[in-house]
Amino acid sequence: MAEMSGATTPAGASEMTEGADGIRRRDWIHVAALSTAGVGGASLLFPLVSQMAPSADVLAQSTTEVDVSAIQPGQAIKVMFRKQPLFVRRLTADEIKLANEVDISSLRDPQTLTERTKEGHEDMLVTMGVCTHLGCVPLGAAEGENKGEYGGYFCPCHGSHYDTAARIRKGPAPLNLVVPEYSFKTDAVIRVG
Amino acid sequence: MSFAWAKQYEPQSAFTKWLDEKLPLPRLVYSAVGAGYPVPRNLNYMWNFGVLAGFFLVIQIVTGVVLAMHYAANSEVAFGTVEHIMRNVNYGWMLRYAHANGASFFFIVIYLHIFRGFYYSSYKAPREMIWLLGVVIFLLMMATAFMGYVLPWGQMSFWGAQVITGLFSAIPIVGEPLQVWLLGGFAPDNAALNRFFSLHFLLPFVIAGVVILHIWALHIPGSSNPTGVEVKQESDTVPFHPYYTAKDGFGLGVVLIFFTLMVFFLPNALGHPDNYIEANPLSTPALIVPEWYFYPFYAILRAFTGDLTIPFTGIVLIPAKLLGVIAMFGSILVWFILPWLDKSPVRSGHYRPLFRKFFWFGLIPTMAALFYLGGAHAEEPYIMLSQIFTAYYFLHFLVILPIVSQIEVPKPLPFSITEAVTGKDKPAE
Repeated sequence: MAEMSGATTPAGASEMTEGADGIRRRDWIHVAALSTAGVGGASLLFPLVSQMAPSADVLAQSTTEVDVSAIQPGQAIKVMFRKQPLFVRRLTADEIKLANEVDISSLRDPQTLTERTKEGHEDMLVTMGVCTHLGCVPLGAAEGENKGEYGGYFCPCHGSHYDTAARIRKGPAPLNLVVPEYSFKTDAVIRVG
Repeated sequence: MSFAWAKQYEPQSAFTKWLDEKLPLPRLVYSAVGAGYPVPRNLNYMWNFGVLAGFFLVIQIVTGVVLAMHYAANSEVAFGTVEHIMRNVNYGWMLRYAHANGASFFFIVIYLHIFRGFYYSSYKAPREMIWLLGVVIFLLMMATAFMGYVLPWGQMSFWGAQVITGLFSAIPIVGEPLQVWLLGGFAPDNAALNRFFSLHFLLPFVIAGVVILHIWALHIPGSSNPTGVEVKQESDTVPFHPYYTAKDGFGLGVVLIFFTLMVFFLPNALGHPDNYIEANPLSTPALIVPEWYFYPFYAILRAFTGDLTIPFTGIVLIPAKLLGVIAMFGSILVWFILPWLDKSPVRSGHYRPLFRKFFWFGLIPTMAALFYLGGAHAEEPYIMLSQIFTAYYFLHFLVILPIVSQIEVPKPLPFSITEAVTGKDKPAE
């Protein structure tokens, strides 16, 4: 960097003349000015990028409370969570048995039913209603819909079959239906998100 | 086109050489705003405002495109989406305040740019085309700004749209159907809001196009300068880069200080509180005024309170409403013939003692007064004052300027820009 103590400038030297090191005193102001403008300009990119992220009203919908007390064994309900369908299903004793009988090592995405439910509420299966293949809504939640070969959910778009623990068993989907973050607020109400 | 001594772009690396053959974009930049564009060496800070106007056009387009991602042009929800931008969208408040104040700053720098042109007669040959294109840009800016102000769909938006489209109803015979056609209804409503949004999005890009023509036309004779003496030799000029990039950069820094002060500390100082009340077709605000940058023209519009009649007969030639509209549009259209009204061969007001007196003691106070009067209530004494200053405004351009330019004895001009700067120069060979 150029010498900054202007009081001892040698006679004949100005801010425009090169020193022995090939640096002019004016270089400093170029670097300072362009750095300031560069940092200032770059910092403006942040709000311009950030404005496209979910806005406060979208984020405000990020938790949903669902009353699950009325769901009978074998029944499922569809609710909206973050503008996407959420399946809440109360499993029958048979369905639980079916899910637990499966050899875990044979699964594409190995998980036990216990891992996919909350302790003490093993009959309550809460999953996103979004196929992990390309995002269609699988069938099987509503009465009379095709539940697929494994009695859980069936995605009509590209034929993915999910079992009674909503695990992928057949078809192109790579993963089990996603279990969102949720907790039991009371025995009757779950808080999703 | 440029001066003979303009440096030519010389690509250094293999890549820039390759690019120069295929798409000589760096060459264009170099010759337009780089070291290859010689500019008079004596430009003062009044010559900053063209670049600053371009800067604010960019600010408006960038913030505007972003706001359009969150805004909905539907009269049911438009007001709500603006509040959504203010409260929910990340940094939405900042982007909207930057856009609203950016419009004001765009007009501030444009007015200074125009008044630079008035004082230094930048409109004279060989630069008439630059001036004419500039007036076109100003008219496009006014249309864009007006339509943008309608979009928040507040009370001022609604009644502004009502009043401004009402101007067209003053036109004989076709006026009323024209207003209905412009609005797509009998009052501003969803149809008007939608088309204003469409045009508000389109026009800035039209402005950008005319700006390119404006700069293209400028680069043929090159910039004028405070002496008004044309460039004669290489010693009269310096390269645009680094001399004027640095000077414009400094000016930009100063303006940005004021701009950020407004955006972050006084964001609503230039707006009207009434526009935070949702549009209500059944209730007119007590004082309807446009945005501040339209005040002078609004004052001229309201100055005409009586019909033009044939004396003693009572036959109305032109009703007051139409007179006001003609005068308002005429006050800007008169700029189109300015290059031919001012016949003085001397450009700079610096060497024109009489012209200069009328500029500083006539035109400037008149514009200042009209700015004030346009925002005042339509009552006495403001109406009478508006009439006096409107009369002077037209007298200045249509009578005083032509006469002054004929009778004035200008001060001796320097031989060259170099002489004006260094005090000595000898005639070139």
